[in-house]
Amino acid sequence: METEGRVVMSDQKLTGADIVLKALRDQGVELIFGYPGGAVLPIYDALFKQNDLRHILVRHEQAAVHAAEGYARSTGKVGCVLVTSGPGATNAVTGLTDALMDSIPIVCLTGQVPTHLIGNDAFQEADTTGITRPCTKHNYLVKDVRNLARVIHEGFYVARSGRPGPVVIDIPKDVQFAEGPYVGPHEIRHKSYRPQVKPELAKVEEAIELIANAKRPIFYTGGGVVNSGPLASKLLTQFVHMTGYPCTNTLMGLGAFPASDPLFLGMLGMHGTYEANLAMHGCDVMICIGARFDDRVTGKISEFAPGSKKIHVDIDPSSINKNVAVDLAIIGDAGHVLEDMIRIWKARQKRPDQAALKAWWAQIELWRKRDCLRYQKTDRIIKPQYAIERLRDAIRGIDHYITTEVGQHQMWAAQFLPFEQPNRWLTSGGLGTMGYGLPAAIGCQLAHPESLVVDVAGEASIMMNIQEMSTAVQYRTPVKVFILNNQYMGMVRQWQELLHGSRYSESYSEALPDFVKLAEAFGAVGLRASKVSEVDDVIAEMIRVKQPVIVDMCVDPKENCFPMIPGGRAHNDILLGPSDTTEDATPEEGMVLV
Amino acid sequence: MPNDLNAKIEKHTIAVVVDNEPGVLARVIGLFSGRGYNIESLTVSEVDPVQRLSRITIVTSGTRMVIEQIKAQLDRLVPIHKVRDLSDDEKPCIERELALVKVVGTGEKRIEALRLADIFKARVVDATLTSFVFEITGTGDELNEFAGLMSQLGMIETSRTGIVAIGRGPGGF
Ligand SMILES: Cc1ncc(C[n+]2csc(CCOP(=O)(O)OP(=O)(O)O)c2C)c(N)n1
Ligand SMILES: [Mg+2]
Repeated sequence: METEGRVVMSDQKLTGADIVLKALRDQGVELIFGYPGGAVLPIYDALFKQNDLRHILVRHEQAAVHAAEGYARSTGKVGCVLVTSGPGATNAVTGLTDALMDSIPIVCLTGQVPTHLIGNDAFQEADTTGITRPCTKHNYLVKDVRNLARVIHEGFYVARSGRPGPVVIDIPKDVQFAEGPYVGPHEIRHKSYRPQVKPELAKVEEAIELIANAKRPIFYTGGGVVNSGPLASKLLTQFVHMTGYPCTNTLMGLGAFPASDPLFLGMLGMHGTYEANLAMHGCDVMICIGARFDDRVTGKISEFAPGSKKIHVDIDPSSINKNVAVDLAIIGDAGHVLEDMIRIWKARQKRPDQAALKAWWAQIELWRKRDCLRYQKTDRIIKPQYAIERLRDAIRGIDHYITTEVGQHQMWAAQFLPFEQPNRWLTSGGLGTMGYGLPAAIGCQLAHPESLVVDVAGEASIMMNIQEMSTAVQYRTPVKVFILNNQYMGMVRQWQELLHGSRYSESYSEALPDFVKLAEAFGAVGLRASKVSEVDDVIAEMIRVKQPVIVDMCVDPKENCFPMIPGGRAHNDILLGPSDTTEDATPEEGMVLV
Repeated sequence: MPNDLNAKIEKHTIAVVVDNEPGVLARVIGLFSGRGYNIESLTVSEVDPVQRLSRITIVTSGTRMVIEQIKAQLDRLVPIHKVRDLSDDEKPCIERELALVKVVGTGEKRIEALRLADIFKARVVDATLTSFVFEITGTGDELNEFAGLMSQLGMIETSRTGIVAIGRGPGGF
């Protein structure tokens, strides 16, 4: 029951559909990713009659959400989606869950059957707010056109503020036809939702004392720094430099600290570097900013960074003490907190303990010397790591964005591609959604038409949203799908090899299409490299062509991704290569972990 | 919670003020089921018709870390205005529950039921020659005790409201 029909601000009345478009324009929306259907026809009709908002027709509603995520993550703006009722809404669910897990701001408008039919099992009716309640930050069903403008503005506010996330606004068809008043974005103040962005100063002061007195410190930072905006990454870099302490990033946080910086230890976690994981294990003060102690990062909780003091900065109070009990929690936006940290550090003229720091770095250098990302170089077969390294060298100096699918290729991309800036690395971290990369690349490319956008893909993942090649061709988005084709669901095969006695149950990619012909069938360009000598030429051609491209990079089907901390193991239990075995010691509680 | 496998399980009464709009209760319940928290009791009713606010009282149990998580997760829901852990007050909060208890029987048992009801300050709200319906208000424990005795005296049905609670002293929510 919605009663709060606001006092009419302007006498002018608009139809619900026009209210939707006006509200989107007032929210600064340029692009909407969507797919039409009966329950959203009035909005599509209104779209037809105007030119400010550009609609991108995807080929599956899941892809609409991923494309909006790609747009949002590469620009810092809210991504916008429009889908129909029933199957349109249910198809969007994976994308919404993905955006929830990775804290990506999305507003997804869904059509609904007319209000008088709700609950009657009408054609294409689904309980959209019911289905999406656990996979959105918030959702709304607008039953009265007088509330429509307010709800849309509120939805954008909720999506972008605090810890960002997806918002669904379900709009019955009769509400789209009905006439009602319009209110602008500035006339809205949310009744209950006011996230804390400024930290408690006393807590920051306490943190600074801990940080300054550390002997074996480490910065562990995540997607929260990226989400806070580019300034937060600058401040992080500045603060880390002021201390001279080592810094590691989560999968979501890559780019927030420049990869080329000598203080950077690489990514941490299950497939993170040896030095990052061992430094985490051995630290005495951990400065966690905008990361959430995910199980992919912590490994075995009871042996996670034993004996360390942990400072946790997060905008979401529910992230504090969820998996790991911390010593000092600071609620606030990463950017604000870093600003305060830098100011207080300077004001108190803090100097790190140089002798201790020198010893700490000497230890870290020893770990670094293990050269944990090394792999067997050969001329006989294209190693996937080699292909990524060649890609890395070819795109150096070109303005670029990288998206990925999910699997080994994703981890190799994270390990081998250096990200110097935030918002350049778009990967499905929390949900691990195969099929994310291609639509995300299209959304990213639309926001950055002049840049190179590469989806580092696996041959299995790409099949999950391959239909989006059609979208790429239609909108002339020259995205590059760089498939590391190992003919296996490689990550599944790797777990089966290490943990299930090499029984490769259903992980072989049987009956694959010819990716070159497939690209051509879509009207895109297909390229293939099956010999080491062809790799560079294919990459150069891929970059040269100003069209969507699929590259079929035929790589070693047997290669595994190392380092690896098997599930349920501690950070110092890290496997460095094929000669490290695990069967003897995978604890039973580790086997059940995913 | 991996960190505190041996930690003590505590019982907490949490009060939540929410917008009275469709779906809020589903959000709260979905949060508890989705994250595997316990609900021992849950009550809800509108308390401010002008601002359309409802108050939800939840009794839950878990380790300290889980209780803190529950409060933080509740606070994160968009239509939630305030979350307060009444069990964190210095003095224990006031908790009340109401039950309707139907007892069927004749002779000695019927007389004994009436006598006990009197001791527990339960009211008779319906009577026939062979049955009573008692209304009793008290803490959950008092109600359990009453129901335990009545079950030996012909109790065939009982309906309880769940717990409502409020803090002691002059302080408000
Ligand atoms: C939608 C979805 N289904 C299943 C999985 C489980 N899964 C994770 S990685 C993987 C294999 C991916 O294979 P491929 O895309 O070829 O990448 P590779 O590991 O070979 O590089 C699977 C099936 C998933 N992450 N997402
Ligand atoms: Mg593969």
